[in-house]
Amino acid sequence: MGKYIVLRLVQLLPVLLLASVAVWLMIYLIPGDPAIALLGPDVTPEQLARARERMGLDQPLPVQYALWLGRVVQGDLGVSYVGSVPVRTMLAQRIPVTLQLTVAALLVALAIAAPLGILAAVRPRSWAGRLVTVYNTLAMAIPTFWLGILLVLLFGLQLKWLPTSGFVPFWEDPGRAVRLLILPALTLGAYVSAVLARFTRAALLETISQDYVRTARAKGLRERSVIGVHALRNALIPVVTVVGLQFGAFMGGTVITEAIFDYPGLGRMLLQAILQRDYTVIQATMLFVVFTFVLINLLTDLLYAYLDPRIRYA
Amino acid sequence: MSVTAAQTPGASAVAADSRPSEPPANRGTFGRLRGQRAGMAGLTALLLLAVLALAAPIVAPRDPLAQDRADQFKAPSLANPFGTDEFGRDIFSRVVYGARLSLLTGAVAVLIAGLAGVPLGLLGGFFGGWVDALTMRVLDFLLAVPAILLAMVIIAILGPGSLNAMLAVGIVGVPAFARLTRASTLALKQRDFVLATRALGVGPFYLMFRTILPNAVNPILVQVAVTASVAMLLEAALSFLGLGTKPPDPSWGSMLNTGRSFLHQAPWYGLFPGIAITGTVLSLNVVADALQAALAGEGGTVNRTERGA
Repeated sequence: MGKYIVLRLVQLLPVLLLASVAVWLMIYLIPGDPAIALLGPDVTPEQLARARERMGLDQPLPVQYALWLGRVVQGDLGVSYVGSVPVRTMLAQRIPVTLQLTVAALLVALAIAAPLGILAAVRPRSWAGRLVTVYNTLAMAIPTFWLGILLVLLFGLQLKWLPTSGFVPFWEDPGRAVRLLILPALTLGAYVSAVLARFTRAALLETISQDYVRTARAKGLRERSVIGVHALRNALIPVVTVVGLQFGAFMGGTVITEAIFDYPGLGRMLLQAILQRDYTVIQATMLFVVFTFVLINLLTDLLYAYLDPRIRYA
Repeated sequence: MSVTAAQTPGASAVAADSRPSEPPANRGTFGRLRGQRAGMAGLTALLLLAVLALAAPIVAPRDPLAQDRADQFKAPSLANPFGTDEFGRDIFSRVVYGARLSLLTGAVAVLIAGLAGVPLGLLGGFFGGWVDALTMRVLDFLLAVPAILLAMVIIAILGPGSLNAMLAVGIVGVPAFARLTRASTLALKQRDFVLATRALGVGPFYLMFRTILPNAVNPILVQVAVTASVAMLLEAALSFLGLGTKPPDPSWGSMLNTGRSFLHQAPWYGLFPGIAITGTVLSLNVVADALQAALAGEGGTVNRTERGA
């Protein structure tokens, strides 16, 4: 296992390097002076001169990249020109907020997907099994932003059951935090729940046809334990990977979900930064997203290898 | 990233569900496609939408931009089937005109993605080498960034607007076409008929575009439907976020964005543009699944990228 981890870590380096080049290059793709792009339109000549020197704009591009990467590695992500706040501080504030939403959405997705997927695999021809197919088709076609509006209309404005905007840290007031999280988490989790349900169904269908499941049935076990103990456990291994891979869908979805529910997370920060052309913030957020994404992929692979030893030795 | 729904075992299984029984193989692709009721329904819906979009000036009862303060926030009625908005504009007329933008986005995005992606894949798969390796790494990276975020970053560079949104959404679609075409090219270039043509002494470009490409068309066709669906969804999402089509131009996404602020007074405002988007995307998805199933016998594989919104 140790050797496998090292191998995977080494494979990460080129991807991370490429990601950093892409994020860094963004500033240079914007028409005009990169220093002005970073500092905004109303900047004093002294500030501009200092920024130019800092970025090394008179040096060759590889040197400029190296300068930038050196600062990033030391944790210096620059300063937002809108709020004059270090971007690192902004990220540190927003990340836990979005994490809370993402975890809630993941729980919602799992809670919907597991029973649906199992039902669809065990009783594919029943009306319930068919309903699952309909749910999946719908949940994959309905845009996140419209689903959010529908939920606000129904549960927020019509039934008045749940609040439609706001945020409270979970550890401060768990009850209120949960009430505030239900609608956003449903909005963000719906699409992923459909993907996971499809996967659970497919994985379970495959394991059900395996010999050891037939053996379990043949020795007279009840259906419940054939499915629950024998089939489901092995079916869950590929599902674990899909959960990890859906992180990308979550990252994209948070931008929209946070916009609908006025949720003060990373997605809203990114959207505001794009609208205000606050490029240091855009750069830092994208860097964070890509790095987290790569890291989660790694963790998923490691978990997969841990659960299924065949991967490590392949 | 691209968890690609159709690469997953589940997707093909779901697609197979909608097939009532295995049609005889000699009915041809179109015959097999016609055998798929869901797919035909989706196709009919799309054709209807295209007719609506083309005939918008005839179909729409009112000018989509015409304001009338006296008509503000009228509930759906015979005169205004979808109600009116904050400026008293007819929402039905705006949804009909919005179809033009949405379909145009789908078409433009498919053109950009296909015209850039297919040649990239052909060249990479055919010649191989380090250029291919580098291109594929870059495309892998682009696939790894969530589609909506990639589109947002492109908008951050180009600036907001309808045209830039179409461009961004088209660029987001390039890697899927390239990967798909590359995979087909790799498989096809070893086949006997390609080797035979090569032995005749034709040049590499003839081989790529006249010998290999016509045989790699099936998966590309499915990808066209998938890309159009993702593109329309992404454009709506961008406009919803205020990064795409600007008001007052009618776009389904920006209508929902404005409607969101008036849900108290006018719940219908948040309803009808959403039905239009969901219906269109659903139709395209169903058509893509049906196409894939109909072409399955001919070695088609699909690479459906994660939808963006």
